[in-house]
Amino acid sequence: MLARTGAAGGTEPVLSLRGIVKTFPGVRALGGVQLDLYPGQVTALVGENGAGKSTIVKILTGIYQPDEGQILVDGAPVHFPTAQAAGHSGVTAIHQETVLFDELTVAENIFIGHAPRTRFGLIDRKAMRDRAGAILRSIGADLNPMVRLKDLSIASRHLVAIARALSIDARVVIMDEPTAALSHKEIAELYELVEKLKSQGKAILFISHKFDEIFRIADRWTVFRDGQFVGEGLMADVKEAELVRLMVGRSVDQIYPKRPAQIGAPALTVVGYCHPTEFENINFTLHQGEILGFYGLVGAGRSEVMQSLFGITRPSRGACRIGDDVRVIRSTAQAVHAGIVYVPEDRGKQGAVKGLPIFQNVTLPSLARTSRAGFLRLAEEFSLARDYTQRLDLRAASLDQDVGLLSGGNQQKVVIAKWLATKPRVIILDEPTKGIDIGSKAAVHDFMSELAGQGLAVIMVSSEIPEVLGMSDRVIVMREGRIAAEYTGDEMTPENLVRAAVGIN
Amino acid sequence: MTTATGRQIPDRLTSPLSRALKSWEALLLVVAVAIFIANSLASPYFLDPWNLSDASFNFTEKAMIAFAMAMLIIAGEIDLSVGSIIALASTVMGAAAAAGMGTPALVVLGLGTGLVCGAFNGLLVARFGLPSIVVTIGTMSLFRGISYIALGDGAYTTYPDSFAWFGQGYVWWVITVELVIFALAALAFGILLHRTNFGRMVYAIGNNATAARFSGIRVEKIRFILFLLTGLMSGIASICLTSRLGSTRPSIASGFELEVVTIVVLGGVSILGGSGSIAGVVLAALVMGLVTFGLGLLNVPGIVMSIIMGLLLISVIALPRLWTMLRK
Repeated sequence: MLARTGAAGGTEPVLSLRGIVKTFPGVRALGGVQLDLYPGQVTALVGENGAGKSTIVKILTGIYQPDEGQILVDGAPVHFPTAQAAGHSGVTAIHQETVLFDELTVAENIFIGHAPRTRFGLIDRKAMRDRAGAILRSIGADLNPMVRLKDLSIASRHLVAIARALSIDARVVIMDEPTAALSHKEIAELYELVEKLKSQGKAILFISHKFDEIFRIADRWTVFRDGQFVGEGLMADVKEAELVRLMVGRSVDQIYPKRPAQIGAPALTVVGYCHPTEFENINFTLHQGEILGFYGLVGAGRSEVMQSLFGITRPSRGACRIGDDVRVIRSTAQAVHAGIVYVPEDRGKQGAVKGLPIFQNVTLPSLARTSRAGFLRLAEEFSLARDYTQRLDLRAASLDQDVGLLSGGNQQKVVIAKWLATKPRVIILDEPTKGIDIGSKAAVHDFMSELAGQGLAVIMVSSEIPEVLGMSDRVIVMREGRIAAEYTGDEMTPENLVRAAVGIN
Repeated sequence: MTTATGRQIPDRLTSPLSRALKSWEALLLVVAVAIFIANSLASPYFLDPWNLSDASFNFTEKAMIAFAMAMLIIAGEIDLSVGSIIALASTVMGAAAAAGMGTPALVVLGLGTGLVCGAFNGLLVARFGLPSIVVTIGTMSLFRGISYIALGDGAYTTYPDSFAWFGQGYVWWVITVELVIFALAALAFGILLHRTNFGRMVYAIGNNATAARFSGIRVEKIRFILFLLTGLMSGIASICLTSRLGSTRPSIASGFELEVVTIVVLGGVSILGGSGSIAGVVLAALVMGLVTFGLGLLNVPGIVMSIIMGLLLISVIALPRLWTMLRK
């Protein structure tokens, strides 16, 4: 039986956050938020991507330090300068991608950093094994403590992570998207475990995008939006629609430079694209002059679809029509040749070639054009780079400067300039303004509009609802590797997007 | 419209000349000149043109491979099988010579063996995605192992008279055939690395292979070609070395791979990939050659010589890093 409030449910919070502010260069991640966690109760933290959920987890576990505000344990202010300090205060987290050690045994993973010692100061392997066994049994996990972690399933690894969290006698357990990688059966087991933890009087912070599970196991809710606290209350008193409204309801404080576009002929038609693990049966048509938005939760498979269109991964089935040409793109070189280019989300790893100067980054895919018979012509390269970086209003000391020395926003401009210089037909922008300053953001938005106005077909993958709604002519929402919905015109509302993304009918 | 509202960004702030003066290559040039002067003061025999010409064999064969190796290391890969490729190519040529084949056939076989070995390494690295250091440690044993099976304790010692030209011939006065090949290879690789699209892509891959692939570069193809080039240069070096020695034993050119890598690293190529120049490799080869020759003239024993070479490498590599640490 699942009770709404556990037997040990207390009325005084064991842990409270007050007025927490956290700023990163150019971004205010948290602007004075509050959060209360009660013993024996599950508090669901709800918010869109970028609402500040991950930041709050990192502050609670001592990875980030808040710029302002207080952390209170049993009403007394504390500081978590390190992860160890958070552990000593009884706060522990089970992360989205749990950090465990493949080559170590289950027992070693559980006790890493605080293993029981013999009187000679060596690790007491027998005590470690016995205590690990006891903790695993207490959560109903039938695992051999001496097995190496790499031999376990993902679900079992989660159990090990939970056992590790409990081995430090935690009072507050943070679960960040714990069911993301689990099957239905494993999720049911996790719910039972949550009930067990509740009955032991532990306060649980449960972060999830899935409304069904929030309504199933949470006792309380707290909503963040854009780094701000929006509201809190008891699950028993709230409806789904109310939570959705709180998540997305915002004043329009940003004006998007979207101009009405002349939608032209189909530029790219994707038919039946499938991938064994990432996505299934993707069909859509993109037109010249159109900005097509792709919305979805993190992990919905949007980037994976785009990368297969760009030739990074091969689809297992399906084809695409580019202009009059039907084909499957097998390499990035083919994609560029066909006029499809991709501005990746991960600028540092996939976008800019740090170590090479700006002008060489810009000309990298256009060398065939700037060179003669395979020999470089620097004057041509500088002229091409000058042209496109200026159109994007790049701020740099010189074109010969290492691109790695630029700010994130300016690196993004270099990557976009690189692709525009190839004169593409279709440009795919994956989270084009993620983590860049407001000024560069506006420049990127402005330029997107201009490109569409010139007849370029644009795909924009974005997890920011205002950006998706502000910039797109049409929005496709993806959920769990499939296209969940498509909206145009008046149907393009924040509520519709979020409903489709989280799977509420 | 945002078009052309951006401010003008200058192309360069530092001129190529001032950059060259502060470069690693400039430092190497100073070191080379200093060693040259020290050698000529230390031994009266040093400045003799014929002695210098003989001494050039210390580095010419290794440096030919070092040019290709430099490009490979700049691209973030390495080939430790080059010494063994020489041995295998030499064995193939020896067997062919024993079977009565003429010089042109031997040259074709030597180059062909190098290319086949390079293609094998390249296939394993580029096609199957295996780490090059592991692959080439494996083929290092494999290629030389084949030579040992073919030759055992024996040796091929009969080569056509005309074959001696490559390793023992002179083009003009004291200028050996090997020196000319060295100079032509330096020129060809210098142009390839610094003046062509191919060279630019090599730098891009070495700095960030993922971003290079995301920029539409055929990363695997370029890696494969680099292994092929290294195999080819090893084949050329094998022709020169075999011709110079006039015999093939399975232990020929053992330890070459580390000396080649030493030249490359001394030449300022980052072992992590992404930076370096052919000019640096040329100067590093000269420095190596001058040091070995100078110590030889002073009758320094071989073991001491290898200690000095080791110290030279470590200090030259450590100095710039110490310098930046001290400045902080």
